[in-house]
Amino acid sequence: MTPSLEVHGLAYAYPDGHQALFGVDLTVQRGERVALLGPNGAGKTTFILHLNGILHGGAGTINVAGLDVRPADREVLREIRRRVGIVFQDPDDQLFMPTVRDDVAFGPANLGLRGAELESRVSEALEAVGMAHVADRPPHHLSFGQRRRVAVATVLAMRPEILVLDEPTSNLDPASRRELAGILRSLAVTLLLVTHDLPYALELCERSVVLSDGAIVADGPTHDLLTDDEMLRRNRLELPYGFDPHVRPSG
Amino acid sequence: MHVPDGFLNAPTSVATGAVAAACIAVALRKAREELDERTAPLAGLTAAFVFAGQMINFPVGIGTSGHLMGGALAAVLVGPWTAVLVLSVVLMVQSLLFADGGLTALGTNITLIGITTVVAGWLVTRAVLALLPKRPGSVVPAAALGAFVSVPVAAAVFVVLFAAGGEANLPFGPLLATMLGWHLLIGIGEALITGLTVSAVVAVRPDLVYAARGLRPALQLRQADGTLIPAPAGPGPSASGTPRASLRGLLIGGGLMAALIAGALSFLASASPDGLERVAESEGFADSAREHTFGNFSLAEYGEIGGIPVGLAGLVGVVITAGIAVVVFRFVRRRAARQQNVST
Amino acid sequence: MSSAHSHLLYRHGDSLLHRLPAHAKVLALVGFMLVVVATPRERFLAFAGYAALLAVVAVVAAVPVRFIVTRMVVEVPFVVFALLLPVISGGPRVDVLGLSLSEDGLLAGWNILAKGTLGVVAAILLAATTDARALLIGLQRLRLPARLVEIAAFMVRYADVVISDMQRMRIARESRGFQGRHLGHLRVVAQSAGALFIRSYERGERVHLAMLSRGYTGAMPLVDDAPVAPAAWATVATLPVGAAVLAVASGWLA
Repeated sequence: MTPSLEVHGLAYAYPDGHQALFGVDLTVQRGERVALLGPNGAGKTTFILHLNGILHGGAGTINVAGLDVRPADREVLREIRRRVGIVFQDPDDQLFMPTVRDDVAFGPANLGLRGAELESRVSEALEAVGMAHVADRPPHHLSFGQRRRVAVATVLAMRPEILVLDEPTSNLDPASRRELAGILRSLAVTLLLVTHDLPYALELCERSVVLSDGAIVADGPTHDLLTDDEMLRRNRLELPYGFDPHVRPSG
Repeated sequence: MHVPDGFLNAPTSVATGAVAAACIAVALRKAREELDERTAPLAGLTAAFVFAGQMINFPVGIGTSGHLMGGALAAVLVGPWTAVLVLSVVLMVQSLLFADGGLTALGTNITLIGITTVVAGWLVTRAVLALLPKRPGSVVPAAALGAFVSVPVAAAVFVVLFAAGGEANLPFGPLLATMLGWHLLIGIGEALITGLTVSAVVAVRPDLVYAARGLRPALQLRQADGTLIPAPAGPGPSASGTPRASLRGLLIGGGLMAALIAGALSFLASASPDGLERVAESEGFADSAREHTFGNFSLAEYGEIGGIPVGLAGLVGVVITAGIAVVVFRFVRRRAARQQNVST
Repeated sequence: MSSAHSHLLYRHGDSLLHRLPAHAKVLALVGFMLVVVATPRERFLAFAGYAALLAVVAVVAAVPVRFIVTRMVVEVPFVVFALLLPVISGGPRVDVLGLSLSEDGLLAGWNILAKGTLGVVAAILLAATTDARALLIGLQRLRLPARLVEIAAFMVRYADVVISDMQRMRIARESRGFQGRHLGHLRVVAQSAGALFIRSYERGERVHLAMLSRGYTGAMPLVDDAPVAPAAWATVATLPVGAAVLAVASGWLA
């Protein structure tokens, strides 16, 4: 089966000369849930911006469900941006329309949907994140956790192949964090979770990958990675106080 | 300081509306060159910033305060054409959603605050930049002076508009003097805030200051024998190419616009009575008694000031100012070119 | 401008005025104000009529008088100017309560006061019954250039965000003992303003990235194209037409 994501030898340097990626290889199968871990400055955000063609011009190839990312081709780029749904860290950057409904409709409308089909797509996405009841409210009237969920809906409405989330739990209170986990678990979509929140990675993702200094340094079951103290220390990853990955919570 | 309904009569309001619309149409096309396809979100965020910035009050004299207008600041930060769009949107939203500024006075407000301050501020900024050494820091005094000039210039334009279409019997000279004096004070506040803000931005992200483009010293190449030669200009926004071309366009556009205002207003001010009176006259309702009441609206009294028709005076003033500006620019540019030849 | 201007005037409601499409309301109110501004200042009856018309609109829109009056604070600067005109204007003078005032100045002051106040009330009624989104759609339907409407949409969306950024900076300043009392405080405030601009601009860049990520290719998708019923047009037209009738009628009577 075609993998959702295949990245080979991705290298990239910013215009000011600073090289951020030194040859990243990553394959994610359909339906997999993978956590992308790594210290600040490792290149995680740079990496995910390549997945939908926003950054390009370096070396390497990226293939999304059989389609190569070719930023020069506008049709291909449009399809890639449908297939790769990125939810950025600050929901305020992503909710830029007057109402929630408009924001969720923005993506599919850009894909050409109109009328009843557009409306049903919007409802579907809002239902999936449990935010249908705030559809007609302006985004700044929502709580932070609600905005996070709506931001996920704006991307879900495009029916992506792979959902990429950048630090989804940052600034979330514990209840919202739990609610988001429930939503993510219920989605039938490939998941790439960029996070510092190691317990969250353990909870949601059976596989984890560690990016450090622009290259993948570890790739395996999340549990194995989180119990490798030497590897964690080397890459400035730390488990929260009192958290023991050996102890699995029941239920 | 937004003009409300009723300050200027209907024909003047409509005329300034037409001028504003024309300038915005031009600015829409030209702004793409400043910000490419990112115009909408960046201009929108800048508009939100200007909107927030206009809430900054500073004391001007006893018991009163002025507030930041932001035209010169916006021009320096995001470029003059985008600044016109930014200020126009701010004014439009303020009048429609916040009841701040008359609905019929939107054209006037845009002409004064959205266009005049931007044009005056930008021209002065560019002029001062041409005189100062080519360093990003030079933008600060240039922006401050631009901001300082922009306020009284807008006030002067307002007085001209008021003289042409305002319904009050006020002596033009003293009114102009009072407004100018007052707004020179406000201009100081505007200059301080603009200069300091630009300074803060330049210190951290000089690449975000439109007016600072091309002010970095040219890259140099070291040759085999150790001598330094200037690097050939790259494909990016070059120091010499784009700004000068848009400056010429701005001068021409600004001059045309000013001529249009002055000319159109003089026609409207002197040609026909106000709309309803004209209707009344054509329908035969006018009579001698009414003519007495409308005495102040007769051609002889407000069509002329100091013996010269208002529109003509305005037009001549604009032409003289523009002429001086062009001469100064030519002189400065020639001198700068000569200096460059000497150093390399 | 004071911070009163950062709070939108919109009042949630379901009146006739709330249900009318925004572009029709804008046209009607602008038409009304053009009639008002074009009315010669001596036609006092006409102005009384205009005020009555606006009162009817206020009742229909269920906007309480107190709401309108408190929001009329924005008028203050030109009220001062209007009061000064009788003192500083030229022309023949009359005696009022022992003061020698210019006759023309009194009329001019009245002119500005009447028209300006009517304008503010009309604008408040429009803003109170039209939410931001509806207005933006209305501007689109008035054939305002699409890019201008887009810029306005972003401004409206992020004005609150930028203002709360600004307030957070002020709180942080004051928590560290800063007290702005004199002109010298401008430097510190301007530093914050500079930081605020950078933050806002960078947010604009991130918004653009988010838009690109959802397929933005340069044009915002059209939102609303529903035709407006003739009955709605007839309803909004009553305001400017009513005003025009009053204006002409007062010409008859004066």
